[in-house]
Amino acid sequence: MDTILEMRGITKEFPGVRALDNVSFKVRRGEIHALVGENGAGKSTLMKVLSGVYPHGQYEGDIVYDGDVKSFSGISDSERDGIVIIHQELALVPLLSIAENIFLGNERATRGVIDWHETNRRTAQLLARVGLSERPETKVAHLGLGKQQLVEIAKALSKEVRLLILDEPTSSLNERDSDALLQLLSEFRDRGISSILISHKLNEVSKVADTITVLRDGAAVSTLDCAAGAVSEDRVIRDMVGRSLSDRYPSRTPNIGEVVMEVRNWTVHHPIDSQRKVVDDVSFNLRRGEVLGIAGLMGAGRTELAMSLFGRSYGTGIKGEAVINGEKSDISSVPKAIKAGLAYATEDRKTYGLVLDQTIRRNVPLANLEAVARGAVVDKHLEGEVAEEYRRKINIKTPSIEQATINLSGGNQQKVVLSKWLFADPDILILDEPTRGIDVGAKFEIYTIIRDLAAAGKSLIVISSEMPELLGITDRLYVMDKGRFVGEMASADATQEKIMSTIIKAGG
Amino acid sequence: MDQSIAQSEVKAAEPGAQASFLRKNMREYGILIALVVIMAFFQFATDGILMRPVNLTNLVLQNSYIVIMAVGMLLVIVSGHIDLSVGSVLGFVGALAAVMIVQWDVNFVLAAIVCLAVGAAIGAAQGFWVAYYRIPSFIVTLAGMLVFKGLTLWLLAGQSVGPFPPTFQLISSGFVPDLFGGENFNVFSLVAGVCLATLLLYLAARARRQEHQRGLVEEPFAFFLVKNVMIFAAIVYVSFLMATFRGLPNVFIVMALLIAIYSFVANRTTIGRRIYAIGGNEKAAKLSGIRTERLVFLTFANMGMLAALAGLVFAARLNTATPKAGLAFELDVIAAVFIGGASMSGGVGTIVGAVIGAFIMGVMNNGMSILGIGIDYQQVIKGLVLLAAVIFDVYNKNKG
Ligand SMILES: Nc1ncnc2c1ncn2[C@@H]1O[C@H](COP(=O)(O)OP(=O)(O)OP(=O)(O)O)[C@@H](O)[C@H]1O
Ligand SMILES: [Mg+2]
Repeated sequence: MDTILEMRGITKEFPGVRALDNVSFKVRRGEIHALVGENGAGKSTLMKVLSGVYPHGQYEGDIVYDGDVKSFSGISDSERDGIVIIHQELALVPLLSIAENIFLGNERATRGVIDWHETNRRTAQLLARVGLSERPETKVAHLGLGKQQLVEIAKALSKEVRLLILDEPTSSLNERDSDALLQLLSEFRDRGISSILISHKLNEVSKVADTITVLRDGAAVSTLDCAAGAVSEDRVIRDMVGRSLSDRYPSRTPNIGEVVMEVRNWTVHHPIDSQRKVVDDVSFNLRRGEVLGIAGLMGAGRTELAMSLFGRSYGTGIKGEAVINGEKSDISSVPKAIKAGLAYATEDRKTYGLVLDQTIRRNVPLANLEAVARGAVVDKHLEGEVAEEYRRKINIKTPSIEQATINLSGGNQQKVVLSKWLFADPDILILDEPTRGIDVGAKFEIYTIIRDLAAAGKSLIVISSEMPELLGITDRLYVMDKGRFVGEMASADATQEKIMSTIIKAGG
Repeated sequence: MDQSIAQSEVKAAEPGAQASFLRKNMREYGILIALVVIMAFFQFATDGILMRPVNLTNLVLQNSYIVIMAVGMLLVIVSGHIDLSVGSVLGFVGALAAVMIVQWDVNFVLAAIVCLAVGAAIGAAQGFWVAYYRIPSFIVTLAGMLVFKGLTLWLLAGQSVGPFPPTFQLISSGFVPDLFGGENFNVFSLVAGVCLATLLLYLAARARRQEHQRGLVEEPFAFFLVKNVMIFAAIVYVSFLMATFRGLPNVFIVMALLIAIYSFVANRTTIGRRIYAIGGNEKAAKLSGIRTERLVFLTFANMGMLAALAGLVFAARLNTATPKAGLAFELDVIAAVFIGGASMSGGVGTIVGAVIGAFIMGVMNNGMSILGIGIDYQQVIKGLVLLAAVIFDVYNKNKG
């Protein structure tokens, strides 16, 4: 196989950070090339250099594509050559239809007049190719994340893609959707389309990748060829973090006490379509020192349940009661919920988690400003110390806490959201996809924090689409499907198959 | 901690540190430099008239109401909103003061208090719709602008009402008496100026020392020195010039107090932090337990009160209330805030920036009037300056 892409000696600096340091990187035609590395290793940056997000002149080094040295001046430039990037955060317009999104900026038109017939026909073809059975006129807002991801790929196909770059495409997908997507990449490979896949899910990397390149601290540390025999995950981890990781989950002896929260008959309606029940008559309890998991497929209503509990931040027509520490408590607004000891760390860091233009120092204490203030006056030094403490404790990779959070890598942004809620010091902490986009090493650190919180007598609810993670760190599991709790089991007895069959049984 | 000390020392020692610091803080220095350059230009072009004590005093008086409103507008804009009604509210409150004091013989202190309360109530009424019913502030305050323009006309029955009693005029035309009994020279003003300048210098030095102890110093020493010496010299010089005329105007004291208080609120208090967070990402702020509605509501109420204060100052200065008072002032105020570096989408901007922005507009108005440039060209030039300032901002942001 010949080489479609070679990046030579790429160096990219931001003020105070050298994100890429003389990286060389080669992709063969028609292969799936995985790019892995810790949070902040420079994966996204390397791909932004390749696709022209950082245009020629803002980096050092050469990009050789199809035998020619390229100097892209923007995304549209690289797209013309068939390089299409799908970013870590999806970029579809929710209120436009699938067809409109796919041909946005690339409309099927004659002299400025859009040919809708042709647009919809082409869209239908593309959707068939990615295996998505939706009508072209459907609004993107009505699709789940998995389907949106497929729309992004269909959009890439519409541009005659030859090198497809996917930045953590499966981080917010469940197993089934992930598998479908990886299957699609394999089909593309057979048709000669090369892909670069960035992922923190090493199991799927070893499943599909032909070659794996590991980045560490902005340098390419190894390139592993899977054709020569399967590469073990441990090997990859060792290259990523510089040491081997003996366990994926910290060991723990649960010390579970009395019930601290009991939710009864919780029902939530959709904010716009107020007839539709998003959470339907859910009852559960949570004990002191317990780590409780909620398993379920995307769209099961787990986030909606959590957000509606946390100060009615989601939904309308909320009914039911929550008893905290034996008393019926008022959690009808976020400040009241926080006062009752609740906290909710969101899965959607950009929309609900961070004030992106502001620094780490300002984001970390935001939910508990009183603790860094004397009266109404913020103690800037204390604030700095708090941010610094969390930066060290959960290892936020950044030159300083004065960095605006928009400049952090995806995984490090996630860590800032976590820090904010840890600093709020709640008794009951709801974590929604706490390790989404987080590298293996840092995952272990987060699991350790969860364990320590539980050991200190706090109670945790973990929502996660990664079942091994739920099985590995929780004590007890509820299974949620279509807004209802359809099963409860001790994590020790649970298996992935058991959870799936509970869901399927409920659905049938 | 020790790790970061080492880091900052390494950084300061790097040869490119000064240049990179300048690049990073271009906005803050840029606007200060722009003010100095514009002042120098007009000082030269007007043969030194600009900095004559009489003119300087005049400049402060002319600008005071814009500055007072810019302080409130900055908070409104930082929270992600806008208030188009301030000019009309200023006019309305001026009219109300005139009617109460001149026509009904109400005591002027009582009248002033009532006026401030009315202003706050007007702001609160608009803020109510914006905050709790999520009506876009552009629309609510556009409506407010029309309503209060109309009510001003109605209140004054289309006539000018005045003059005010001399005691009321003192708000605007009064000067701080010389407690040291200087003859042609207001010693007190100079002393006050020197004290203020020294205080600022002391505070800056103390803050820097504390940062240094914690290893957080970023600003190269040369920058720190030049900036603070310049500020010190400017304050002493201006108070000296004013002392040779009639001393510090009362309004100047009011302005200085407002700037100090609101800077403190914006930078150092939990309320300030929360307002910036709301403007930066309202959903995240809300989920962090910040009472976003209440804060937005209060920001508008505060804006209304400051517009009322500006209305009193303006009426006292003209010594009459006219139906035209406040016309298009909102544009100057909003322009000042954006020239001062605030962002249209909220979350970004400083009080000091907005005040400097107001003075840039003020110096240009004043300088161009002295030069006899027609009102037509003045508008064009001001418009272009606003555009240039914002382009500079956006360019800087994209580059960084
Ligand atoms: N615009 C920027 N300004 C300053 N620093 C940046 C900017 N973008 C990225 N960085 C820094 O460059 C480094 C590499 O970031 P990058 O986003 O490439 O990491 P990543 O490998 O994709 O991590 P993740 O797995 O968390 O997504 C990080 O230290 C990050 O803080
Ligand atoms: Mg990334």
